[in-house]
Amino acid sequence: MRVDILYFAWMREAVGVAQEQVDIPVEVGTVADLAAWLTTRSAGHLAALGDSQKLRCAVNQQMAAPDARLEGAREIAFFPPVTGG
Amino acid sequence: MTRVSVQTGPFDPGSEAEALERLGAGAIATFTGLVRNDDGVDALTLEHYPGMTEAALEALLAEAEARWSLAGARIVHRVGRLDIGARIVFVGTASAHRKDALEACAFLIDRLKTDAPFWKKEDRAGAESWVAARETDEDAAARWED
Repeated sequence: MRVDILYFAWMREAVGVAQEQVDIPVEVGTVADLAAWLTTRSAGHLAALGDSQKLRCAVNQQMAAPDARLEGAREIAFFPPVTGG
Repeated sequence: MTRVSVQTGPFDPGSEAEALERLGAGAIATFTGLVRNDDGVDALTLEHYPGMTEAALEALLAEAEARWSLAGARIVHRVGRLDIGARIVFVGTASAHRKDALEACAFLIDRLKTDAPFWKKEDRAGAESWVAARETDEDAAARWED
């Protein structure tokens, strides 16, 4: 399944790109699976996505829990806890 | 009236409040957030998630309208680089009586801080660092859970 992965804030800086397109293998079923799979791509990915406590995710621009399934996902974003307002 | 604006440029809280007054309701509540003069901070840079940000703020407005009787509501949030004292965010609500406007305004800013995809970076004499999320913000948002 081909999806766009987006990174924000310090996770974007750690990965080194704001966006990348990846082919997700079938055994990667959930948000948590995807984060773990992405950490193998580079040291920057590991630094950004390795700590699940600091990781938040949105699937198709809706907040998604670690156990959320990826079926139907087109755009998946990873980012740290938000700090607006 | 546009309900949600995410913009780099400044906004005028007076004009925003007057637009709410023109709805003809009896009560207006507003909140304005500014860049705080924390020790050593020269400026903030705000990043956001275009598309999701607007949708998340619209969803908060819809939730507020479902919980309180509102004549109207408005959220303005700036992004980009902001100096000390600059206005960051405006939340305004209009209702027939004060209770709905006041509670909905507090709800919107509390939940904006935990639900809307914005991130702040501090600039201290040229050294940049990302602001960590605060547990007190989680607590403030949690008080609106049923």
